[in-house]
Amino acid sequence: MAQKSSLRRKSFVTVLAWTLGLLVFFPILWTILTSFKTEGDAINIPTFFETGWTTESYGVVQERSNYFQFAWNSVALALGSTLFALVIAIPSAWAMAFAPSKKTKDLLMWMLSTKMMPPVGALIPIFLIFRDLHLLDTRFGIITVLMLLNLPIIIWMLYTYFKEIPGEILEASRMDGASLGKELLYVLTPMALPGIASTLLLNIILAWNEAFWTLALTTKDAAPLTQFIASYSSPEGLFWAKLSAASTMAIAPILVLGWFAQKQLVRGLTFGAVK
Amino acid sequence: MGTISLKNARKAFGDTIIIPGATLDIKNGEFVVFVGPSGCGKSTLLRMIAGLEDLTAGQILIDNKDMTDEAPSKRGLSMVFQSYALYPHMSVRNNIAFGLKMAGMPKDEIDAKVAKAADKLNLTEYLERKPGQLSGGQRQRVAIGRAIVRNPSGFLFDEPLSNLDAALRVNMRLEIMQMHQDLGATMIYVTHDQVEAMTMADRIVVLNRGNIEQVGSPLDLYNKPDSLFVAGFIGSPKMNLFGGAEAAKHNATTIGIRPEHLSISSTKGAWPAKIRLAEHLGADTFLHVDAGANGMMTVRAEGEYEAHTGADIFLTPDATRIHRFGADGKAIR
Repeated sequence: MAQKSSLRRKSFVTVLAWTLGLLVFFPILWTILTSFKTEGDAINIPTFFETGWTTESYGVVQERSNYFQFAWNSVALALGSTLFALVIAIPSAWAMAFAPSKKTKDLLMWMLSTKMMPPVGALIPIFLIFRDLHLLDTRFGIITVLMLLNLPIIIWMLYTYFKEIPGEILEASRMDGASLGKELLYVLTPMALPGIASTLLLNIILAWNEAFWTLALTTKDAAPLTQFIASYSSPEGLFWAKLSAASTMAIAPILVLGWFAQKQLVRGLTFGAVK
Repeated sequence: MGTISLKNARKAFGDTIIIPGATLDIKNGEFVVFVGPSGCGKSTLLRMIAGLEDLTAGQILIDNKDMTDEAPSKRGLSMVFQSYALYPHMSVRNNIAFGLKMAGMPKDEIDAKVAKAADKLNLTEYLERKPGQLSGGQRQRVAIGRAIVRNPSGFLFDEPLSNLDAALRVNMRLEIMQMHQDLGATMIYVTHDQVEAMTMADRIVVLNRGNIEQVGSPLDLYNKPDSLFVAGFIGSPKMNLFGGAEAAKHNATTIGIRPEHLSISSTKGAWPAKIRLAEHLGADTFLHVDAGANGMMTVRAEGEYEAHTGADIFLTPDATRIHRFGADGKAIR
């Protein structure tokens, strides 16, 4: 009896999980399907199987705008901002985890609270600063903004991982004569490597998908794939198939990365709660 | 060389005073044990010597040089931690070699030293393993190997045996004592276990709430405790301590007598008592008796003592072994 009911519960959970999963994935699936239709079919009521599948939208999109330049910018911004953030975040998280003061908890909360502010609130000042410093549409400028944007999350994640490392091991390295830099490089970083890797991955994805600031502060030279998609949305009217093709091309690399890094990401998203 | 001196070393976190001011001279080659109940500041004091905790005031001299503000690695001391604190991502070889690498020693010299230490500690066949693949005793050996390979003038041990099971603990205790004899280096050893303190130490430092209560050889502390605290802490089973009329007879507020300094008779003696419980250890029997006005007492009987719960016995203290304490808890001599 008990076995039967547990089997029933299991199949119910499985069906539920698949349903929810497909529901979440559906818009992406729809986008991918639409990208292979003709513009005419794309706006019609969907007729899946009679449609003449075509890759012409991809050809047009590549012809009209240089995908690889946008993609290269996306890679540069995502990787650059994440690495830049790690260089700042590792020592910060070390200090908070192993040399905390009375205010460390408040500081962590304050950092996180900056993420609660609507970004549009800071748009005008940052835009003006960027204009005056000639940082608009430069990779360096956007990397800095994306770095600052994700820094609180990176520090929080690293802090949580570092807290799991026994302080005595770092003290042992100090007794062994390691300088602060060597302690971070040879002892802390290798021990925290799984945590650092998942932090890195999650933040590459966050930076890759970031649209608000990249759309607001770039036009051409530093424009990543978010601009690439946006350029197909409004001014030219209804071009669903081309828009879908552009979107598919924009999300494909990060989707593949996410697929391969699933295990690390789950660890990252649980913020070190699961060992 | 390896003399270590504390001059009024003080440690406080804000208003919380951990060590009010410790003064102590440790001679070269001495084996000194810091002992006391948990929270007495013994580990803090050790960490201050190591350089892992800053001093709030006072001085630490090592080999007569002021090391108060010197980095841990510059003090010429090695430390063995309670949790072993091995580098989990490095092989045993690299764990032992890490300190030498940090010192910038040439590789062939490092290899020779690691091989020698590993041989001494029976670790040669485990050199390529990670700490996670070793047993508790082997990890402890690696931690010791890491300490000795740097050839320090002094060793600091922070409760190194408390994570080991009882049988292994006795073995490692002997190994550490053997190591002390072989190396002749100064060693400071922190423990809450007074048996470890008694068996290993040249001198014991008893700490109570951050204060050094008494410093002396194990037998000094056993025979002449300066205070009620030391009297109660050193010795197993504990010294019987009681006040009242019996203490007044000896012109003291409290008197103490060790379980092994009471003789038992079934017919006559100074203090009548009733047996409540007996612990049979084979070589000895510990009787827990109700001594009326003097309260509960522990008595050691040699060998196998036929004890019946509720039986009446008489206890007679060895008069020369009675310890007297005043109202302030200090010994009256």
